[in-house]
Parts: sequence; C-alpha cells; structure tokens
Amino acid sequence: MTRISWLERARVTMSWGLSRERLWSMSAARRDRLIGIVSPVLLLFLWEGAARQGLIDTRFFPAPSTILRTLGRLMESGELWEHGWASLQRLFWGFLVGGIPALVLGIVMGLYRPLRAAVDPLIAATYPIPKSAILPLMLLIFGLGEASKIVMVAIGVFYPICINAVAGVLEINKIYLDVGKNFGASRWQTFRTIALPGALPFIMSGVKLGVGMGLILIAIAEMIGAKSGLGYMIWNAWEILAVETMYVGLIMIALIGYLFSLALNEMERWIIPWKAER
Amino acid sequence: MISSIRNGTPREQGARVSHVPVSVPQEEAAKISIRNLTKTFLTRDRIFTAVDDISLEIQAGTFFMIVGPSGCGKTTLLRIVAGLEKHTSGSVEVVHSHPGCPGNSMVFQGDSIFPWMTVWDNAAYGLKMRNVPKRQIRETVGHYLDRTGLTKFANAYPHQLSGGMKQRVSIARAFANDPEVLLMDEPFSALDEQNKTLLQEELLRIWDETKKTVLFITHSVDEAVTLGDKIMVMTAHPGRTKAIVDVPFARPRSVLELRATPQYGELVYKIWGYLREEVQHAKADAEGNA
Ligand SMILES: Nc1ncnc2c1ncn2[C@@H]1O[C@H](COP(=O)(O)OP(=O)(O)O)[C@@H](O)[C@H]1O
Ligand SMILES: [Mg+2]
Repeated sequence: MTRISWLERARVTMSWGLSRERLWSMSAARRDRLIGIVSPVLLLFLWEGAARQGLIDTRFFPAPSTILRTLGRLMESGELWEHGWASLQRLFWGFLVGGIPALVLGIVMGLYRPLRAAVDPLIAATYPIPKSAILPLMLLIFGLGEASKIVMVAIGVFYPICINAVAGVLEINKIYLDVGKNFGASRWQTFRTIALPGALPFIMSGVKLGVGMGLILIAIAEMIGAKSGLGYMIWNAWEILAVETMYVGLIMIALIGYLFSLALNEMERWIIPWKAER
Repeated sequence: MISSIRNGTPREQGARVSHVPVSVPQEEAAKISIRNLTKTFLTRDRIFTAVDDISLEIQAGTFFMIVGPSGCGKTTLLRIVAGLEKHTSGSVEVVHSHPGCPGNSMVFQGDSIFPWMTVWDNAAYGLKMRNVPKRQIRETVGHYLDRTGLTKFANAYPHQLSGGMKQRVSIARAFANDPEVLLMDEPFSALDEQNKTLLQEELLRIWDETKKTVLFITHSVDEAVTLGDKIMVMTAHPGRTKAIVDVPFARPRSVLELRATPQYGELVYKIWGYLREEVQHAKADAEGNA
C-alpha cells in the first residue's frame, strides 16, 4: 500500500480548486454539483448588487440582505414559528386524513378488479378539477376553522397516493400473488406481505407528489379565511405591503418542501431496502 | 381468487380441487389421484385444449416426473393440482394424512421469491402465514437454510443473490412449509449446466430426509431420469399421457455416478424415443400455425 502524506494530500486538494484545467478535468458529476452551488449564490449577489444600485425596484424585489433581516426579526418575535407551526400541523393532519385512506383504497383497488371498475371512473372524473377551485365549497361545508384547511390538504394528497398505489399493485408480478395463494395467505396477509410492500416504490413517488400538492393547497387555503399559517402570513403581508415578510413566507414554504423531500428520500432508503442498492 | 381477478381467464368453468382427509394413511394408497383431467382455455377466437383427459395415480413417497415438450400443458396441469387454476372436467384429489399441514407447496417456474423480503423471511413465508410458533419457525427455517447452503445469506435480499441461490430459497421455502406434496415446475430450467447439477444433487439429498411425494415437471429427459422414481411422458398439444416409465435406480443417488452408468443412458434413450415424435409434432404444429 502506498501512503500519501497529509501534506501531499493537502497540496492536491488546494491546487485542485484553483486551476482551470482541473475544473474541466474533474468528473462531470462533481462539476455539476459545483455549478449547482455556485449559480444560486451568484444570482443572490447580483440581486443584492442590483438592489443597492437601484437597478431594480426594491418595492418588488427587496435586497436579500433586507429579507434576511426581516427573517431574523420574525424569528425573534416568534411570529414565524407560530405561522410555520400552524401550517405544519395542518399539513400533518391533512396527510394522515387523506393519505391513509388513499393508500388502503388504492391497494384494495389494485387487488380487486370489480372495485377498480367501480371507483376508477370517479377518480378519473374528479381528478382534473383544480383543487383550489373547491376551496369555497370546503369553506362552506367545513367552516373557517381548522377542518377546511386539513380537508384541502387531504384532498390534494389523496389523488397522487391513491393513483400510484393502484398502479403499484398492478405492477406487481402476478407470480407473487400466486405464491401468496399457494402458501395460504389470507386477504389481510396478502395485503400486508405482498400488495403493500410490492407497491411501495410507486406509493413513495405518490407521497412525494402529494407533499408538493399539499404545500400548494395549504398556502392557498390559508390565504382565505385563516388567521394563522404561512399562507396567511404571505397574504397579510400583501395587504399591509410588507414585501420582505412576503418573501420570508415564500422562503419558508420552499424550505419546508425541500426538507420534506430530503426526509422522504431518506425514508425511502430505509423502508425499501431491496431497491436502495441498485 | 386474487390472482384470477387480475389476470385470470374469466370464462373458465370447472369443478374444484378437493382435498379429501383420510385419517389412516395406507402404504400403497395413492397420494395424488388425477382422473380424466381436462382443461380448455377459452380465448377470444378459439377453444384451446391444454390438458386432455389425463389420468394418473401417484403413490405416497414417490418422486414423480412429468416430461414433455414446451407448451404441452405441464404448467397448467401442475397449477390445477396446486389449486391455482380451475379445471374444465375430471377430478384431482390429494390425500391429507397430516392434519394441520398444507396440501401442497409449489416451487415456481422462474423468479418467485419476494424481492422485498430477506432470504430468511422468504423461507419462513408459509410457516408465518399459518401462524406457526416462532420457535418452530426458527428451527425449521434454520434447518432448510442450512441444507440449501443459505445460512450465510439469511439476511440478504434476493437482488444480492445469483439465480441458483434464488432457486435454493424457493426450494427451502417449499420444504420448510412441510406440505403433503411438493410441486415443482421446472425449478432448474433457467440455470446453467453446473448449477443445475449441483442443485439436483442438493434436492435429492434434502428429499432423502423426508421422502415426501413430489410432482416434478421438466422438459429435460436427463433431469427426469436423474431425479425420478416414475416418469410420465406427455404428448405435445393437446397434453395427453404418452407413456409412464419406471426408473429402477437405487437411492440415495449421486447424480454424476448415476449418469456414468449404461443403464442411465439406455433409459434416457428410451424416453427420448417417446419424446422425439412429440417434439416433431410440436414443431410441425408451430410451423403449421405460422
Ligand atoms: N391462461 C391461458 N389462456 C390461454 N391459453 C393458455 C393459458 N395458459 C396456458 N395456455 C396455453 O396452454 C398451453 C400449455 O401451457 P403450459 O401449461 O404453460 O405449457 P408448459 O408448461 O408445458 O410449457 C400453451 O400452449 C399455452 O399457450
Ligand atoms: Mg411451463
């Protein structure tokens, strides 16, 4: 074994970042990652500079530094946590209320053709309705309280999970269902040991889509008839023309979405170990 | 019932496979009785007879081979015995002599072990479905993983295994379930020659411990003569009984030594004689249809 001293290693590392030839000779994946970090940072600097020079209208595009200051202020006052927490809670309950029935219905539909024949047209007919368009109806039915927001998230989450669960079960090789039958699996056992794990990769994609949908709908639902949540914060900021607060709300929603997708990817590796290493 | 909803042929009719319980097992009693079994598939434009009037008695403890050209209805016959497919007419009976044991366990043609379960959980599948006590599962599964050389891989997932290893898991799963009869559908047909021979040796060794009734399907004459006590040769389309041949070789057998004997060669030659005509028929059929 050859040993490389720490000094040599340090020299390699240092020269690596400096020379231009190195930049283009490094692996494509590394280069992409580097560009992926540099480009948004560059954009922020340009934005900051342009705002300070008065090249862009700071009433619409306040400098990143002022947005950051507002973020600090909102964090200190506790407002940000209050609204963020309210949205997260609604997302959580909405996911539970919409996701679990979607999962069960989707898998059972995948297993039983008659049920699929009965429910498929209903889903196909209601899926294209923009979910935001039914907010007034939900407000009418569930009132201005928490229920209407939770139901909105639930509806948004329901479709992608249900549709993907059906597809996931249909994708399962028929031989596995024969094995289940041959080894005496009951209906519940078939669900638990074959349909659910077999459909899980599809279901996880559905959950990821559902997170995006849930975030869109929670923001919209909170803008109308709510007194808390990030959606409310953004809407309220528009009404009092606090543009920086608006941006803080947007950043928070983006952050939540990003963290969710990270967590889901991690979870996927954990609950679908038989796919992870491929 | 689940499988037939997904991909089944909705228009099949037929009686059910009956499993008749018998309290006192007789030495000479038939373990599997197939009488005038016929299966027709109704496809969109025609009636297709896959299995035509097959009658068969398999004694308890027999390693019974069915050999026939591809597409002659072997899998269909086995699936009917397994209760996975309904037959059109005739009857199938599997005698139950151990109450509490499942009627049959199948080693399927092709990959059939669950990709989402470890080797251990795959092998334990049948026992878990029957809610067998944990301690007993540990013992039985441990035993068969040992016998199939899979102990080291107990926690591996199938995608980490070779084709031969996967078939070993499938065999361990069937044996561990301790069924009345074992059904095997060309379990080694996808393997290379060396692996095939190894697995045949192993199967014979494991089988010698239990001497369960086996119904084993193959398109390989060599495999049939190597493994079986009796061989039924099937005709190509529609699947009928062409001949039933006894295999006189003593057990325990060593695959390689057996294959070196002249008697082995003679028997293979004899069965090839029956089969040659059928393979030619099948080929003519295929060309006629094309
Ligand atoms: N579900 C089905 N519907 C229509 N035809 C079928 C079906 N299953 C099998 N067959 C036909 O029955 C014949 C026998 O098939 P199979 O039992 O799989 O043959 P083998 O296992 O001997 O190769 C084949 O010609 C096949 O096309
Ligand atoms: Mg077959």
